[in-house]
Amino acid sequence: MDAQGKLRYVVSRRLPNKDVVIVGLGWTGAIMAQELTEEGLEVVAIERGPWRDSPTDFPPTYMQDELRYRIRHELFLAPAQSTFTFRNKAEQTALPIRSWGAFMPGNGVGGAGVHWNGEIWRFLPSDFVLKTHLTQRYGAKFLPADMRIQDWGVTYDELEPHYDRFEYLCGASGTAGNIKGTIHEGGNPYEGPRSRPYPTPAQEQPFGYQLFAKAARELGYKPFPQPSANLSTAYQNPLGLRLGACTYCGFCEWFGCANYAKASPQTTLLPALVRKPNFSARTDCEVLRINTDASGKRATGVTFVDSSGQEWEQPAELVILAAFSLFNVQLLLHSGIGRPYDPISQTGVIGRNYTHQTVSTATGFFDHRKYNFNPFIASGAIGMCIDEFNGDNFDHGPHGFVGGGYVGHVQTGARPIETTPTPPGTPTWGAAWKQAVRENYLSTIKPGTGVHGSFYAYRDTYLDLDPTYKDRFGRPLMRMTIDLHDNEIKQNRFLTDKFAEIIQAMGAREVVKQYRTAPYDITAYQTTHVNGGAIMGTDPNTSALNRYLQSWDVPNLFVTGASAFPQNAGYNPTGTVGALAYWSAAAIRSQYLKRPGRPLDA
Amino acid sequence: MRERRGETRRLPARLSVAAILAGAVVVHGGQVDPQDFAQVERGRYLAVVGDCASCHTVPGSGRPYAGGRAIETPFGNLVAPNITPDPETGIGSWSDGDFDAAVRRGRRPDGSRLYPAMPYNAYTKMSHDDVLALRAYLNTVPPVSNAVEANTLPFPYNLRSAMRVWDGLYFTEGEYQPDPRKSEEWNRGAYLVTGPAHCPACHTPKSVLGGDKADRLLQGSPLQGWFAPNITDENSTGLGRWTHEDLVLYLKTGHNRIAAATGPMAEVVELSSSQMTDGDLRAIATYLKSLPRLSHPPAPLDPRDPRMVAGQAIYRDQCSACHELDGQGSPQLFPSLAQSSVTRAQDPATLIRILLRGARSVATEAEPTAPGMPSYGGQLDDEQIAAVLTFIRNGWGSGASAVSPSAVAIARSRLASRSD
Repeated sequence: MDAQGKLRYVVSRRLPNKDVVIVGLGWTGAIMAQELTEEGLEVVAIERGPWRDSPTDFPPTYMQDELRYRIRHELFLAPAQSTFTFRNKAEQTALPIRSWGAFMPGNGVGGAGVHWNGEIWRFLPSDFVLKTHLTQRYGAKFLPADMRIQDWGVTYDELEPHYDRFEYLCGASGTAGNIKGTIHEGGNPYEGPRSRPYPTPAQEQPFGYQLFAKAARELGYKPFPQPSANLSTAYQNPLGLRLGACTYCGFCEWFGCANYAKASPQTTLLPALVRKPNFSARTDCEVLRINTDASGKRATGVTFVDSSGQEWEQPAELVILAAFSLFNVQLLLHSGIGRPYDPISQTGVIGRNYTHQTVSTATGFFDHRKYNFNPFIASGAIGMCIDEFNGDNFDHGPHGFVGGGYVGHVQTGARPIETTPTPPGTPTWGAAWKQAVRENYLSTIKPGTGVHGSFYAYRDTYLDLDPTYKDRFGRPLMRMTIDLHDNEIKQNRFLTDKFAEIIQAMGAREVVKQYRTAPYDITAYQTTHVNGGAIMGTDPNTSALNRYLQSWDVPNLFVTGASAFPQNAGYNPTGTVGALAYWSAAAIRSQYLKRPGRPLDA
Repeated sequence: MRERRGETRRLPARLSVAAILAGAVVVHGGQVDPQDFAQVERGRYLAVVGDCASCHTVPGSGRPYAGGRAIETPFGNLVAPNITPDPETGIGSWSDGDFDAAVRRGRRPDGSRLYPAMPYNAYTKMSHDDVLALRAYLNTVPPVSNAVEANTLPFPYNLRSAMRVWDGLYFTEGEYQPDPRKSEEWNRGAYLVTGPAHCPACHTPKSVLGGDKADRLLQGSPLQGWFAPNITDENSTGLGRWTHEDLVLYLKTGHNRIAAATGPMAEVVELSSSQMTDGDLRAIATYLKSLPRLSHPPAPLDPRDPRMVAGQAIYRDQCSACHELDGQGSPQLFPSLAQSSVTRAQDPATLIRILLRGARSVATEAEPTAPGMPSYGGQLDDEQIAAVLTFIRNGWGSGASAVSPSAVAIARSRLASRSD
C-alpha cells in the first residue's frame, strides 16, 4: 500500500512461457481452453475473480436468496474493483457508474455464464449480412444517415456447425423450426436451417406461457418455445459431463444453478478441463495489459496483478482475449493495440460500434378471481415467443425503421422482493398497496423483457478512455457514450404495441406498456447484452478483427465474445458468442497453428 | 469412443491378467527380472489392483510411493513407509525374499512385525510370482530419498511385539486356493476381492482389536468417520438391488444409476478400480453378487410416525429437487436414495456425515462431472437431520433403524475436529 492506501505493485516478475494465455475464464475462455488443449498446447487462463464451483458456491441450501444475489449483486463485479464512466452524448461530461444498473458485468470463473438466464438463440441468416441485405432490399437511403451497421464477415451457413456444437455442449432444450430447410410445426419457422434437432426437447410451459401461445396463434402468429439452456431432461454432453433436469425454481437470472440444470462453464466444460495436465488457471488475478514487442505487431503475453499486489508477466505465443465484452475493449485500449475510434473523423476501430439491446415490456393484469398463473414456476429461459417481427422477417418499408426482435412471454420467475405487481393508480405503500400486491401477484403477466429488440450501431455510440477518472491501478476508466436513436425508438414502439395486443388477447383486464425511450438510462436494467467495441469484419479500417476474431494489428491475438458483434440483433447473444468462439477455435486449430503469427486468409 | 480408447490402452494389462491367474496356481521359483516387460507390467497392474499408491503416495506430492501419508486407524495414526527403490530410506536394499515376507507375511527384514494397516492378511493370497512382479515394477519407479517414521502410535500399540498376538488371532497365511466347483470368473473375483484388492480391509466388520470378523465377510464396517457399506448381495443394505452391470459401471466410472463413489471409496475408484480391466471388474461383480443374503431387514416405520412426517416435509423442501420425490435421483448424477444401500446401512454414519459436511463424488475419465452434495449442517439442526434421514431410510418401501438426534449430535461434534 502507498501513502494513500492504494494497492501498489512492484516490478513485475516473469513466469515461464506458455503456448497460450487466455484472459478470462468464462464461456469463451473455457471453450478456447478446451479446444486448444486438445491440440496439446500448454494453456493458462487468468481470471480476475474467484474460482466458482456448483455445489460449493451455488448450493441449493442458500442459492435462492434474492436479497444476497439479486439485490446485493454477490456474483457480479464490484464497481469498487472496476467500473466505467457514462454519458449519453459526446458534448456531455461522463461520470463513473458506482452501482450497476443498465447491465450487470459478471465476475469470477464462469463469468456471465454463471448468472445468465440460459436463453440460447441463433441469429437470423440475414443478421450476418445486415448492411448488404438491408441496402439491397430497401436502398441505402432507407437507413438513417448516422447508422453504421456492417456485415459480419461470416455467414450463418459458416457458423451453423459451430452453433450446433455449442448447443450440444449445453444440451439446449427447444423445438426445431427448420431442419435442413424443412419447416417443422411448433418451432420457429423464421430461423436459419439447423443441421439437426435440439439435443433435448423444449421445456414444459406452465399455464401463463401456454395462454400467451394460444392468443398468439389466434392472432395468426406462429409461437414456439424459447430455446433454453435450462434443461428439460437429464443430459450427458460430448465431453462426458452430466446435466440434470430443471426444477423450474425461478432462480436463474442473477443466480448460479444449484441443480446442475443450467448450462454454464461449470456444468459443461470445467470439470473436463481441470483434468488436463496442459491446462492451468490463475484466479483472483487481474490482467493489466497485453504486451507487444517493439514492432507492436506481435503480442508477447500479458501482465497481471495477483491479489497481493504483485505484478507478473506471463509470456505466451498466442493470446486469447476472452474477458467480458467491455473489458476486452478496455484491455485493447489500455494496451495500445489497434487504433482507438474517433467519432469526429470516424477513423480508428477500437471502441467503435458499441451497442446494447432495445428491450421493453408490457404487463398484463388479469382478474385474480379467474386467473392464477403461479408465476414463480419458471426458468430463466422459459417462455413462448414469436419471431414475426424480428430482423427482416417483415417488410419494414411502411414502418420507417429497420431492425426488430422477438416478443414473448418470458417471465423468469416471481421472486418476492422484485415481484410486486400493482395496476396503475395503486398507492406506492400502505394497506392499499399490500392488498393490490396480494390480489395481483398470482394473476399478472409480467414478462420483464418481453420485447427483445435489436440495437444497431451509430457514429456517435462508442467506447474510449475517460480523461478524468482512473481505476485502482491508475489506468483511465473506460468511457461509454451511448444513446437511443429514433430508429430504435420507433422499432420499440412498434414491437411493444404488437406484444401488448397479444397480452390483451390473452384476456387481460388491463395492459400497461412500458416503451423504451430516450435518453438511454444507465440506471435501468436493459439486459447485460452489451456488444461491440472490438468488432469483426472484412475491412481493417472499420473493424478491429478479421472474420476469425483475429486482430488485424496483432495476428497472434484473438478476441472472443460479444465485443466482436458489429451491431446487435433482436436476440440474446450467448448462442452466437459460443458459436463464434468455436468458429474462431476451429480456424486456429486448422489454419493458424500451421503458420503461427500470420494473418489468416479470408 | 472413450470406452474404446481405454480398452486399447489397457490391452497389455489384459494380457497379463491371464498370467496372474495362472501364477496363482503354478509352483513358485521365478525371480525379479528387470528385462522382463511382461513381469514389470503385471506388477504395475497389481499395484493398481492393490491400490498401493493410496497409502504410499502423498496425494499431489508428485513423489509416487515415497511414503509419508498418515493412515488413520482406531488406535492412532501410522505413516506409510517409502517403498521406492531408494537404498537408504526406501526398500532398495531389501532382497526379494524380504519384500515377499513383508507383503505376504507382515514381517520386516529384521523379523519384527508390520501393523496390519498394511493388508498382508489379504496380500498373503497372492502368489510368489505376483509378489516378484510387484517388486519388479517397484524397482522401476524413481527412487526418492524420504525417511519416514512409520510408527506414531501411542503406548501400548507402539509395541510391534504385540502384533504377534494379533497375527495369532487374525492372520492366516496362504495363497488363494481356487474353488473347483466355481467358475473361473468367480475364482478370479474371489482372488481379487480377498487378495490384492483387499476389500475386506474396509468392508468387513472388525473386532475390538481391529481384526476381521471372519464370519461376517464384507458385511460393512465403520471407517474414518464413514461407514463402508455391506457389499454382499444383501437386498436392503447390500448390493442386492444392483445388477452386475451396475457394479462394473460403479467401479469403472464411480457412478451408476444408483450410487456415486465418495469419501474413501472415491479414492479407491480413482486410483484403483477405474484402472482395472473390464474382465476383472466383471469377476469382482460375479463374486460379490454370489455372497449370500442373510438378514431380514426391519419393516419400514409407520408413515404417520411424527419423525416420518417431519422427515418427509424436510425431504420435499430440501432434497427432492435433485433426488426427486420418488427418491430415484438422476442416473450418474444424483444418487437414488430409494435404491442405494448406503441409505439403509445398519450404521447411518455415512448418511449423517454427508448431510452435515456435504460430499464430493469422484471424477473419472468416463464420468468427469464429479457432482457434489452441499452441506446441510448449518441449515438443519440435529433433530431435523435425524428426521429426514429416518424418512429416507424408511420412505420407499424398505425399512431401517431410525436415526436419533443424539447420534447426529455426536457425529457433528466428532466431525468438527476432522480436517478431511
